[in-house]
Amino acid sequence: MKLLSVFNQFEALANNETRDKATTRREAFTTLGKTLGKAATIALPLAAFMTPNRVAAQSSGDTVIDVLNFALLLEYLESEYYQTGLSTDSLLTGDTRETIALISQHETAHVEFLKTAINGAGGTAIDKPEFDFTVGGAFDPFGDLPTFMVLAQAFEDTGVRAYKGQAVNLMGNKDVLTAALQIHSVEARHASEIRRMRGSKGWITSDNNTTGVDAIDAVYNGEDNITQLGLDAVSITDVSRDRVTEAYDEPLSKADVTDIAMLFLG
Amino acid sequence: MQTPKFSTSRVVADRDPHSRRRFLRNSGIGLAAAGLFLTGCEDDDDPIRMGDGVNLGTGDIGVLNYAYALEQLEAAFYAAVITGSYYTGSATSEEEDILGDLEAHERAHADFFKAALGSSAIPALEVDFSTIDFTDRASVLGTAQAFEDLGVSAYNGAGRLITNPDYLVVAGKIVSVEARHAAAIRSINSGSPTAFANSQVVDASGLDVARTPSQVLTIASTYITTSIDFSGLPQ
Repeated sequence: MKLLSVFNQFEALANNETRDKATTRREAFTTLGKTLGKAATIALPLAAFMTPNRVAAQSSGDTVIDVLNFALLLEYLESEYYQTGLSTDSLLTGDTRETIALISQHETAHVEFLKTAINGAGGTAIDKPEFDFTVGGAFDPFGDLPTFMVLAQAFEDTGVRAYKGQAVNLMGNKDVLTAALQIHSVEARHASEIRRMRGSKGWITSDNNTTGVDAIDAVYNGEDNITQLGLDAVSITDVSRDRVTEAYDEPLSKADVTDIAMLFLG
Repeated sequence: MQTPKFSTSRVVADRDPHSRRRFLRNSGIGLAAAGLFLTGCEDDDDPIRMGDGVNLGTGDIGVLNYAYALEQLEAAFYAAVITGSYYTGSATSEEEDILGDLEAHERAHADFFKAALGSSAIPALEVDFSTIDFTDRASVLGTAQAFEDLGVSAYNGAGRLITNPDYLVVAGKIVSVEARHAAAIRSINSGSPTAFANSQVVDASGLDVARTPSQVLTIASTYITTSIDFSGLPQ
């Protein structure tokens, strides 16, 4: 069954995190400097990392593909969420509709980009699973605009943390890393806009969950961290603690992101 | 990092942005000494003043100094914004809240890089904001937008240059906040519901802009008067 298959693939991704880290760290040291010059590849990241022999130069192509499939699942989720919202009568109107339409366009483009990248690198893109954005009837995002915006905020803030958490696993392939960073900052732009539309700051203060939905506290767990590179980032500045926490977004592990995403798998 | 060729005392003396130049001027041997100094700097990977400029250094330290330079620019800009008459006078409360937060965030970033880099940190850069009208909303928000978008593109392009995973993670923690800033500033600047991530900054594949250090520093040189030698950065 398709859904079960995706579920199992995703579980496998989550369970393999420790192995991925070790492999990728080794790759990072052995493949550094073997990628193409920066100017052309920054302009054409997709074309560059689709070249088969560049993938073969890695000690293991699986790790990058695993990460890209993990990203693809989140993009599937976001893309379907916004498309469903946009196709629901009278849910999204005016400026809100324009904003969501642009975000939806980006998420759909991310899905296509990642699928093309995965297939081009010799991997197999996971199929889109079935989602249940009502979480078994607990939420009514397509019947209630405030709920729709709450979940949108949760998905975007989670997306930022998820890409951030995978960056080190992509160090062995600089072109993929650059593309992932370019998606990561777009997710952050989305998050800021959605948050501000809801009346929250565009940035995350401490580990405050401003959605009002306790069930998604996990999206913000750990955002109150103030230790950066072993330094207490509060003690070395006159900036207040709250604002220091706003100044850094924290990563989430694949396992933590998986737990959040699982809530919305049908 | 190679061991710096300069003695600690000399490096520390050069941290003061004015001390060596003042010394050279006072001693009346400026040109000759500067020439000698430049020669002595060759192949050195320690970030240090060279004449009136700075050298970012090499490897990861160079990349972190590159980030520090950009954070200094942003911090200096917002410090000027919050004392300017647009911010203190005509700005709406929403604009004040956002710009006030951005000033604090960029100052926190600059203070962090300075502390993290320690004795390897470049000194304070000199900036020239004479082309910005701090009494004018459009000038302030337009410049803020340009700086935030520039910062996003700089970090996006620099990630690939970093070899230490811990440094990459920190850069990732900061770049998404810069992107949050950019979206907010773009939104209040234009009022358009799509300005936060329109086609000026996000392409058809849904990718944000990535720029090389050369591209970024060329743009930043309009505002940073200190000459920045980035030739030691990884390619």
